[in-house]
Amino acid sequence: MRSCRHIALCLLLFGCAGTGTLTPPVTPVPLVPAVAQEPDTLLPALGTAPSSLIINATLLTADDKAPRIERGWIHLREGVIAGMGSGKPPTLNSGTTIYDAKGKFVTPGLVDTHSHLGVYARPGVWAHADGNEMTNPITAGIRAEEAFWPQDPGIQKAVKGGVTTIQVLPGSGNLMGGHGVILKLHPRRSTRAMRFPGAKDSLKMACGENPKRVYGKGRKTMPMSRMGSIYLMRKEWIAARRYKRDWAEWSQNPTTVINGRQVAKTPPKRDLVLDTLSQVLDGDILVHIHCYRADEMLLQLKLAEEFGFKVRSFHHAVEAYKIRDVLAKKNVSVSTWADWWGFKIEAHDAIEQNLALLQDAGAIAILHTDSAEGIQRMNQEAAKAYYAGLHSGIKLTEHQALRWITANAAWALGVEDKVGTLEVGKMADVVVWDKHPFSVYATAQHVFIDGWLRHNADTPSAPWSDFEVGQ
Amino acid sequence: MKTILLTLFALTGASVHLEDGSVLRDATVLIENQRIVAVGTDVKLPPGTRKIDASGKTITAGFIDPATTLGLVEISGVAKSNDIDSGGDAVRSAQRADDSYNPHSIVIPIQRAHGVTTVHTAHHGGLLSGSGAVYDLANPDPVRAPASMNASIGGQKESSRGTHIMMLRQALDDAETYSRRKADFERNRVRQFSASRLDLEALQPVLRGEVPLHVHVNRRSDIRTMLKIASSYGIRLVIVGGAEAWQEARALAEAKVPVILNPIENQPASFDAIHSRGDAAAILTNAGVKVAISTFSAHDVRKLRQWAGNAVRAGLTHAHALHAITTHPADILGLPDHGRVKSGAVANLVVWSGDPFEASSKVELLLIRGSVTSLDHRQHRLFQRYRTLPVQR
Repeated sequence: MRSCRHIALCLLLFGCAGTGTLTPPVTPVPLVPAVAQEPDTLLPALGTAPSSLIINATLLTADDKAPRIERGWIHLREGVIAGMGSGKPPTLNSGTTIYDAKGKFVTPGLVDTHSHLGVYARPGVWAHADGNEMTNPITAGIRAEEAFWPQDPGIQKAVKGGVTTIQVLPGSGNLMGGHGVILKLHPRRSTRAMRFPGAKDSLKMACGENPKRVYGKGRKTMPMSRMGSIYLMRKEWIAARRYKRDWAEWSQNPTTVINGRQVAKTPPKRDLVLDTLSQVLDGDILVHIHCYRADEMLLQLKLAEEFGFKVRSFHHAVEAYKIRDVLAKKNVSVSTWADWWGFKIEAHDAIEQNLALLQDAGAIAILHTDSAEGIQRMNQEAAKAYYAGLHSGIKLTEHQALRWITANAAWALGVEDKVGTLEVGKMADVVVWDKHPFSVYATAQHVFIDGWLRHNADTPSAPWSDFEVGQ
Repeated sequence: MKTILLTLFALTGASVHLEDGSVLRDATVLIENQRIVAVGTDVKLPPGTRKIDASGKTITAGFIDPATTLGLVEISGVAKSNDIDSGGDAVRSAQRADDSYNPHSIVIPIQRAHGVTTVHTAHHGGLLSGSGAVYDLANPDPVRAPASMNASIGGQKESSRGTHIMMLRQALDDAETYSRRKADFERNRVRQFSASRLDLEALQPVLRGEVPLHVHVNRRSDIRTMLKIASSYGIRLVIVGGAEAWQEARALAEAKVPVILNPIENQPASFDAIHSRGDAAAILTNAGVKVAISTFSAHDVRKLRQWAGNAVRAGLTHAHALHAITTHPADILGLPDHGRVKSGAVANLVVWSGDPFEASSKVELLLIRGSVTSLDHRQHRLFQRYRTLPVQR
């Protein structure tokens, strides 16, 4: 956002304020804000969320300061957590709905760093396959937001599983696949209206088998090998660095003197791919890389050093345990599954203790789903990975494992100050579970998103998706 | 693979899940050679019986996944290690899973470590993909082969479902004619058949009702069609997948046709599965249909216990869910001495630290045909190798 706002500001200054000295005035370049964070201006806002008080619950906060609160209460008001504590709840006015959660557990809304909901919507037909623009290995300028179908029946199913925030990513067919988008799972008519307010976009990248399969094997075009993949990436980063410099130079000195007259210089040509990459270099877009193998993750970290960007999360990363010391030191998070493996050779060395070993090494461990099935039971998947660690003698706490699907995931998306823990002032994304969420039998009873009750197991709700009406 | 062979031993003090759905506390299971010879709270142990203390543990029959591709694939994306789908002709009924099965696959011990002792495995991808085989996961030879004939009906990319169903009828019809006119066939005195001699031969046990036809089918209308076809040819039918089978629960119960499903498939994933629902196992069970649970996979067979737990979460009783991965698949596969803890049954047993469906529980001891079977596997070795960094090589 920074660089983009900067450029826009320069144009504005020279386009208006500078008219007296400039002939001709600089024509403003039609700028598409590369990270458009404005709320949807077409649809009405959600309004003020109701006031709700959950009482008598065990609060599993995912907050290091107070991981578990017995006989807890939590007050949701105007979309945020207004108060929480243990023991006697406060007396509130009659406009507050009280939920007695005796014997139940309350956690933060779950966060999935890797979803293709909406971009590979149900039913899975060709017409719904909008997640991979496999026409060029470098498509960094395209956006998952602009393919996401808010009517995907999978969205409501995810909410029923306690998920409140997701990162929707383009697929991994391309080396630089495009922008991911962070969404709140409200039933809305536009994707823009679902955007997590203020969240940065991400860039989805991919190494390994997928791009070379799609291009090299599928079409005999580059990349056919891992060499080709890194070459194309490096080429693009070099171009981005140059692009960034060109714009910086122009914005610092947009005019030149010809024959004694000061005239405007033509700004550099706008390029949507390089726009995205230069924002990555500025830290305004977070980098998420699909990468299975340990050696390839290390390659990407070298590339990041070479060009000065940060990798926020490696995704899938089934071999992350092999380099967990490096990942911990570099503060790079790992988004992975509990037990997916064997579908290709780069997923051959997966082990059930991957997350546990990462946690043990002090790395930022995250359980992601990459799946419309898995996203319905993130709690079970975290439990599997947690117990796999315990059964192997790795010291872990339930609290740490809960953070794999809440706080750590929120960190990877850059929204850790707003969601991911139960803390006063955070967004009111809250799940009430009938049993401990690490039990296979646990079901989300109530799911609040920004204070709105989006799932209530006690009252059957109409399907959110029009597709499911009248079938 | 390490196995410890004990000829006579007893597991004592455990809670044992019995065939009738009840749980016997503080019970003893006596095992001799490959069989269970006694189960009860007052079992007299013959002299020389070695006792294995299982107090506080839970014992179930070894889990059975009735619709896998285990042993047919090492790495899905490596073509030469993946024998699931041969491609080619739609009718390939002569293909045999026991010809492709690799008992030394590293995928197998990884599944075993989560309590699965027996699988049915079969090729896929065709209209008729060949015969399936049943394996106990410590033995290279099948328990039963052919155990099934495998078919697939549903929405087609290249043609219509009608064409596909017509081709199935034609193959069955030709197989019937062939059986009556074998002599004429050998003398070239019959019209041309739609399938090869071996393909038609492979269908004979299906037409005789000796081997069931496992049909991978999801849409309600296709399930009805299969019920009609099965009835007109006298075929024993098993519905596999069955996303919309719950809508035909009564007809399936009447026809005594079992359903093998995965309870986590609850979305309109395709136009054949618009009415998928998570509680299908409970609905079918309540209607009297015999339900078995499958992972429909090779690498994920170990998830069978988690999926059973999810069936309970969606309304099936715990006892029924356990049946759905033990006695029911055994019955469907024609293995009356598998999948149950009772005297005379094959000693495929799992000693669990707790409720087998919970991730918090783990397998403490695994018996396959009475042998204590190793829980070690390649993933475990990798874990041990990387338990401390740097790795010593």
